[in-house]
Amino acid sequence: MQPETLAWIILALPLLSAAGITLFTRRNAGLSAAVSVTAVAAAFVASVLLVLSYRGLHIPAGECLIASVNWLNVGGLSVELGLRLDSLSNVMLLGVTGVGLMIHIYSCGYMAGDPSYARFFASLSLFMFSMLGIVLASNFVMMFVFWELVGVSSYLLIGFWFERPAAADAAKKAFLTNRIGDFGFLLGIIAVWASLGTVDFLDLQRALAADPQALGAFASLAGVLVFMGAMGKSAQFPLHVWLPDAMEGPTPVSALIHAATMVAAGVYMLARSFFLFELAPAWPESLGFLSGISALDVIAWTGGITSLMAALMAVQQSDIKRILAYSTLSQLGYMVMAVGCARPEAGMYHLVTHAFFKALLFLGAGSVIHALHHEQDIWKMGGLRSRLPVTYWTFLVGTLALCGVPPFSGFYSKDGILAAAETRPVLFGLALVVAALTTFYMFRLVLVALRGEPRDAAASHAHESPSVMLWPLRFLAIASVFAGFWGIDTALKRGLGMAGASGHEDHGGFLAGVFEPFGHAPLAAFLGLFATGIGFAVAWTLYGSHPVRDPLPERLGPLARWMRDKFYFDEAYAWLIRCTHDALAAVADWVDRWIVAGMFVRGLAGATDVAGRALRLVLTGNLQTYAFLAAAGMVVALWIVVL
Amino acid sequence: MKVGLEHYLLISAGLFSLGLLGVILRRNLLVMYMGLELMLNAANLALVAFSRYNKNLDGQLMVFFIITVAAAEVSVGLALIVALYRRRQSAHVEDLTSLKF
Amino acid sequence: MTDVLFYVFGGLALACAFMTVANPFSRSPVASALFLVLTMVWLAGLFVLLHAFFIAAVQILVYAGAVMVLFLFVIMLLDLKEEERRHWNRFGVGAGFITVGGLLAVLATTIVRSHAGAGLTPELEGTTHALGLALFQRYLLPFEAVSVLLLVGMLGVILLSRRDLK
Repeated sequence: MQPETLAWIILALPLLSAAGITLFTRRNAGLSAAVSVTAVAAAFVASVLLVLSYRGLHIPAGECLIASVNWLNVGGLSVELGLRLDSLSNVMLLGVTGVGLMIHIYSCGYMAGDPSYARFFASLSLFMFSMLGIVLASNFVMMFVFWELVGVSSYLLIGFWFERPAAADAAKKAFLTNRIGDFGFLLGIIAVWASLGTVDFLDLQRALAADPQALGAFASLAGVLVFMGAMGKSAQFPLHVWLPDAMEGPTPVSALIHAATMVAAGVYMLARSFFLFELAPAWPESLGFLSGISALDVIAWTGGITSLMAALMAVQQSDIKRILAYSTLSQLGYMVMAVGCARPEAGMYHLVTHAFFKALLFLGAGSVIHALHHEQDIWKMGGLRSRLPVTYWTFLVGTLALCGVPPFSGFYSKDGILAAAETRPVLFGLALVVAALTTFYMFRLVLVALRGEPRDAAASHAHESPSVMLWPLRFLAIASVFAGFWGIDTALKRGLGMAGASGHEDHGGFLAGVFEPFGHAPLAAFLGLFATGIGFAVAWTLYGSHPVRDPLPERLGPLARWMRDKFYFDEAYAWLIRCTHDALAAVADWVDRWIVAGMFVRGLAGATDVAGRALRLVLTGNLQTYAFLAAAGMVVALWIVVL
Repeated sequence: MKVGLEHYLLISAGLFSLGLLGVILRRNLLVMYMGLELMLNAANLALVAFSRYNKNLDGQLMVFFIITVAAAEVSVGLALIVALYRRRQSAHVEDLTSLKF
Repeated sequence: MTDVLFYVFGGLALACAFMTVANPFSRSPVASALFLVLTMVWLAGLFVLLHAFFIAAVQILVYAGAVMVLFLFVIMLLDLKEEERRHWNRFGVGAGFITVGGLLAVLATTIVRSHAGAGLTPELEGTTHALGLALFQRYLLPFEAVSVLLLVGMLGVILLSRRDLK
């Protein structure tokens, strides 16, 4: 089969599933789940076939297969409904469909008994469709369309339990926060289109390669605007506030959307349009104070700040899903930072491995929550190692991968990012601190929630989840271990045309692949391991003795409270919005009271009234006055007409 | 200076203005009425003059009708004034201002 | 000769009209009525100068006779003397004179400028014969309609004169 056909099939399958479930099988929960799982499984198989049939993952940069039909021509804007196949999208295809399949299977168990089972799978399928659309999109406009679709489906999924006010609010918050980012994204697209006259990635890349000055003064601004889209979707500072709240959605959703795929879309978009950020810094006159700062600097520092801040917040959370959410934030910051350090392949690599182990961690957390009857507070857990053995061991694998312990996949991808950051010492130090914090909060989670003695009756009566939930855990655990030396990084390097791809083309066998980081960037590798060790040591010191309460707040004092309360970002935003709102309302009130009601309504009535009162005086009832006025009027009229 | 149409018209204009003056100045309804009659007669004079100088008899016929209508109007108007006087004991316009706001 | 007569009649008519409306010596309605009669008479003279003999006769008969008798009759009936006791409203008088003066100025300038009588000579002989023919031939219907009008006026007067008018 032609690769193009396969790509169209991959894209169409989840859409058909979503439509089919919504239209026909909504009443039948089991059938709906079967349709959805079958669709995503078929999409996965098709993806594998596609990768196998189309030159595998190792496609040189600049070479890609584009299958497109003309969609619309409006004036100078020509948009194709196009699919683009290169190693970047191939890797993402495998990742998205693979993780998606695991999560679909897992959901069959986790969501069992929910009254809206079919709706859940319809939403999941719609989400898969949108996500695959982003992955395969060959131009900015199409990507933006699917980008918005992802926003809508994530709204549906976060607010899945919409009868809970918290979930409904979280869905709204996620949607609105994303809107801000998307606005920037759209402006960026328009800026690019206005300057270069095309929205197609390949055309843009060629145009910019031929003439790096083509965007003129808008080069950096367009980059930053496009990055704003990623800021919203990938929950980067300062638009990060929606992601932790989005944990109100069902756990598989958290795993799928808020760990593996949707939030990764921002990073994927950055990698896809990386050619836009490489340009030399150039700002319009009015933004002259930014001169010298490139779009990449903005991206790198946003990523760095996000990752540090989120890691600090994660340290003091007590909700198991929120810890993972902040961890996701932190890791996304890592990826963005890697892109900002001009190494998008490192960010993408981490994105893929992170998709596996963060999905694993979320599903493991879901399994714990499921076993404890929806208890999410880690201080009410404990002693789950013997009661939930599969969950425990797979969760531990995910934790080790996230902490970057070799030979788990996280080590390799994180090492890539650290190596990328070596050129910027401040960011490098920041990344190391984040690595230490990551280990600390992950082992805090493991030690408090899973080991030790049960702190709660529910924890002591926990039972292992059904096997439909455990098998995805096992698969993802395997993937988390081995994703590190599958050669994904090489594929990505080639796909993105990065320098150095040829140097590390040959792994020279399994063992060489395992120890490769120590050879090519020893400083980053050793310091990264050192940071991980410190994090683990601190976590073990504090939580190794299985305390009943968190000993950290007493040691850190007010800082701990700030971490727990997320540095009061939500409060600050609420205050800001309230102030803006109040000011706008005051202005509107003033306009309404004085201009509309005062000047127009009352003014008109008043003018009529005054005119009436004044004219009334003319009507004296005296015949002579009338005669005089009539005569005077006649004289004046004659004077004007005749003379 | 040879007397022509303009002279008659000027006399007519003067009479008309004086009639209007009477209507505006005098406060006795009856005298105001006389002013009105003067204005009508001024119009009559103009019509007759036009009739003679334009060699058209219609002007004189118009005057004839005007005189008739004026007679009818005077009789009705005076009857009204009498009726009003009986009701108000006055024929002064200043005493007859009930038609107002 | 006729020109002299014109000036005599015209000047007297204007003077009497002035005395009718603004007699400086008396504000009695009776005086006004009598000066109005005189105005009518001089007007009739002007009509004669215009060779409108029938109209002149009618003017004397109807106006100076019937209408003025009616006026005097009403004046006597109502015993109107009050106006004499009242003061002139200075503002009203001033405004009235200005307005009337303005009107007169407008009319006079229009008449003088238009040269309405340029090239026209007094030709028409308004004989009673011609007038009667026109009245009973071309203007028969208006003539009859006016008679109806007079009838209606008479009925109205009778109705208004009833004492128990409510």
